[in-house]
Amino acid sequence: MTTTSTQANGSGGSAAPIQERDRVTVRFAGDSGDGMQLAGNRFADATAVFGNDFSTLPDFPAEIRAPAGSLAGVSSFQISFSKHQIFTPGDEPDTLVAMNPAALKSHLSALAKGGLLVINEDAFTSGNLKKANYPSNPLSDGSLDSYRIIKAPITTAAVAAVEDLGLTTQNAERTKNFFALGLVYWLYDRDLQPTLDWIEDRFGRIPNIAEANRRALYAGHAYGETTEIADAHVRVPPAVLTPGEYRTITGNQALVLGLITAAHLTDLELFYGSYPITPASDVLVELAALREFGVRTFQAEDEISAIGTAIGAAYGGGLGVTGTSGPGIALKSEALNLAVMTELPLIVLDVQRSGPSTGMPTKTEQTDLLQVMFGRNGESPLCVLAAKSPGDCFYMVLEAVRLAFQFVTPVVLLSDTYLANTAEPWPVPDITQLESIDVPYRRLEHVSAEDFEPYKRDPDTLARMFIPPGQPDLQHRIGGLEKSDITGDVAYSPENHQRMTDLRAEKIRRIANFIPEVEVDGPESGDLLVLSWGSTYGAVFTAVNEARAAGHEVAHAHLQYLNPFPRNLGDVVSRFRRVLIPEANTGQLRMLIRANFLVDAEGYNEVTGQPLSARQLTERITQMAAN
Amino acid sequence: MVLQTPPLEPVESIIPLAEEDLTRKDYASDVDTRWCPGCGDYSILAQMQRGLSNLNVAPEKMVFVSGIGCSSRFPYYMNTYGMHSIHGRAPTIASGLKLSRPDLMVFVITGDGDALSIGGNHLLHVLRRNVDVKIFLFNNRIYGLTKGQYSPTSELGKVTKSSPIGTTERPLNPLSIALASEATFVARSFDTDPQHLTATIERAARHHGAAFVEILQNCNIFNDRAFADYTDRNVRDERLLYLEHGQPMLFGEDKNKGLAVSATGLRVVDADGPDAGLILTHDATRPSPDVHQLLARCSYPEMPVPMGVIRQVTTPTYGDYLDSQIEVAKFKNRHDVAQLLKGRSTWQVE
Repeated sequence: MTTTSTQANGSGGSAAPIQERDRVTVRFAGDSGDGMQLAGNRFADATAVFGNDFSTLPDFPAEIRAPAGSLAGVSSFQISFSKHQIFTPGDEPDTLVAMNPAALKSHLSALAKGGLLVINEDAFTSGNLKKANYPSNPLSDGSLDSYRIIKAPITTAAVAAVEDLGLTTQNAERTKNFFALGLVYWLYDRDLQPTLDWIEDRFGRIPNIAEANRRALYAGHAYGETTEIADAHVRVPPAVLTPGEYRTITGNQALVLGLITAAHLTDLELFYGSYPITPASDVLVELAALREFGVRTFQAEDEISAIGTAIGAAYGGGLGVTGTSGPGIALKSEALNLAVMTELPLIVLDVQRSGPSTGMPTKTEQTDLLQVMFGRNGESPLCVLAAKSPGDCFYMVLEAVRLAFQFVTPVVLLSDTYLANTAEPWPVPDITQLESIDVPYRRLEHVSAEDFEPYKRDPDTLARMFIPPGQPDLQHRIGGLEKSDITGDVAYSPENHQRMTDLRAEKIRRIANFIPEVEVDGPESGDLLVLSWGSTYGAVFTAVNEARAAGHEVAHAHLQYLNPFPRNLGDVVSRFRRVLIPEANTGQLRMLIRANFLVDAEGYNEVTGQPLSARQLTERITQMAAN
Repeated sequence: MVLQTPPLEPVESIIPLAEEDLTRKDYASDVDTRWCPGCGDYSILAQMQRGLSNLNVAPEKMVFVSGIGCSSRFPYYMNTYGMHSIHGRAPTIASGLKLSRPDLMVFVITGDGDALSIGGNHLLHVLRRNVDVKIFLFNNRIYGLTKGQYSPTSELGKVTKSSPIGTTERPLNPLSIALASEATFVARSFDTDPQHLTATIERAARHHGAAFVEILQNCNIFNDRAFADYTDRNVRDERLLYLEHGQPMLFGEDKNKGLAVSATGLRVVDADGPDAGLILTHDATRPSPDVHQLLARCSYPEMPVPMGVIRQVTTPTYGDYLDSQIEVAKFKNRHDVAQLLKGRSTWQVE
């Protein structure tokens, strides 16, 4: 990357030669009302169509409309795109689009020296500078000298482009995100067509708004073309991806598609009980629009009712699911324990967010692992899974449903804010190639009263004989009181409680016989194993590969199954002299690994509300590998 | 006392009837009952089994869901499917079950603590939503299973183990809560009038929509004779108002007193006196719950205590709305999972 500081002069000129780069990261930042998420998502779409691999990172405040121009109201969207496969949205951007002073102030520190700044100079008024706590105007005080800057009158140019359409001033100014987008499209050689199609699809019914957005987009693009911007016209060639049909997907979308597909593969009706909570609400919202798939969504009065209704649906033999985030899990704990005691196939989605308490609702963290493992009274084992990427959320839902029915147990699937909102290209699965999911209770349809006992167990899985209500002569009662082994009668005997406690634990342990072993990427034994789980997969994978590129021998293993662990995990961790566990928490998996395997695992921990930084993690891995 | 409130409706056509006539014992499980001797729950259990046998719905098509408390032991004693769940949450489990399994009849058994204290929120919402579940609240105005603390229906100043010098909080009126939620079926009965209780249970079970029945139930250990002032046989006629839809609101041994509207609510008038013409005729089907609220507020000793079906209106249930949305969406929209997986747009990588 060049480090010379260049100011665009605004006078038209010949187009600079286009440069090729392997990977570029762009961050759009502006006021929450500036349409940065929209611009970012359009850019992602155009990038997908162009054929780069990419990953996105939206980051927005919890406030819907914080005061305009304030630091609290800054919303951003980062996208990294590459000619190679990539696994993170990039640590630091190469280009920062700052729509106002607050956006510049909040995000400038992330931009590398020599990075490109695209600035809406119209927004640098004394009022806005004051709101962003700038004592002087950074556009003129020399403080940005170490960056390349494109100062564009984005608001006025957008307004001028749409002036004869008869829009209100407010609506005319709103097109500025399309102007900025058009400019960035020129910088990175993106095709306008996917965005023009989207505008038609979205605004076609309001012709003057559609036309205004089109014009602003073209105007921004033309601005780039006619403004001499040295070293800024960049092309990232398409990536070589596995051939097939692709779409973009976020983690929350993948959860929705996973649930619909699971209902299809089990031939059951989906019941989704949920209470709105960031960042899980999208799952409720998107499922509610899919009634044609027989989906019953239930917006409950609270988190407890949400899981209660899902338990009711599971008890009735349906696909009973509840979804929430960490604070909701806390409220659901008692009911989750009822599902443990009654041994019902219940699915719980936990889209983790920053805590404790309300914490930072729109920021990411991996801090619910120990809560879902142990946050209930009594000895209460259940199955815990975690998705590693947005697209993986789809497949892990199918796994959760498969295990819930096979073992007649509640299963918690962990996602998080980062996975929920980040988008990536995703090969569309062929539904006919997906394995159907067995629903064992269907085979008990003709079981006789003599052969039926509600707590009789399958000898391999220890799953109990679960039969939903409705079948003649098999009436029985279940509940939260301790049950007698086999008969399911209420029981208080000491021997029985010990036995049932052991059985519940052993049942969950035996899941390990029905899940894949953990794979080690790299040497099978040696000095350093990096062990990760959940959404940090991309950052850890990237960091491990960087360390390898620097000549270090490092192994990587990633866990999608947290309880039980894959059956070979103890063996794997014992084959390495050192084990490093990077997590976006203070060491929750590390605690489990140390406790289970007596291994002196070390941690790399960040609790910032942001995804792990691959760069800093690379430094840590490199340091460890060098010692 | 046989109720003559609106004509009994057939049980929903989607719930299949049993082929042979069923009797009370078809609904009795072989589990030993474990309530204290003399508990009002025994009578309620017997009347439940009797009342449900009149529906002729097979016991395997019925599910009893309960919370926590003495009353919540109830499901064990019914030869139906059942779940003894967690404190206060039975309405949620029952809602999820009924909405995903419309072919089942779903009952909730709860108490004054379970329904009105820890589970108060769920009670409001299950009634507001009109989910087709039948809720029986056994009100004994005390916490029995935890051995005698005051409940949300205990009277102000009541001395209990947790209020040794009397409570400092006013009680809730369960019927007022149900009516404020605009429940579509609201009734009251009591443990020591088996005929009335059986008929009320049957009527609730036949209602299409959420049914709420408060059953006054004597706890002879921790709150004995809580309702005796007006439910004892020798005072009943004078102190209870047996409501019958379409009938004048008359009470008294010789039906010589009635209820009329006053400036501030209801008042008692002489049925043979000059205001006899003002005596109200009970209309359980009135859409507005206004008069029903006035009835719910009648309490001893100022007024006769109303028994029977106070309110029964027919509106679509939550499940009716939900099922029709699904039906319409299936008719109007494509529902091809393979297509859904593709989303709005895809691209091909060669």
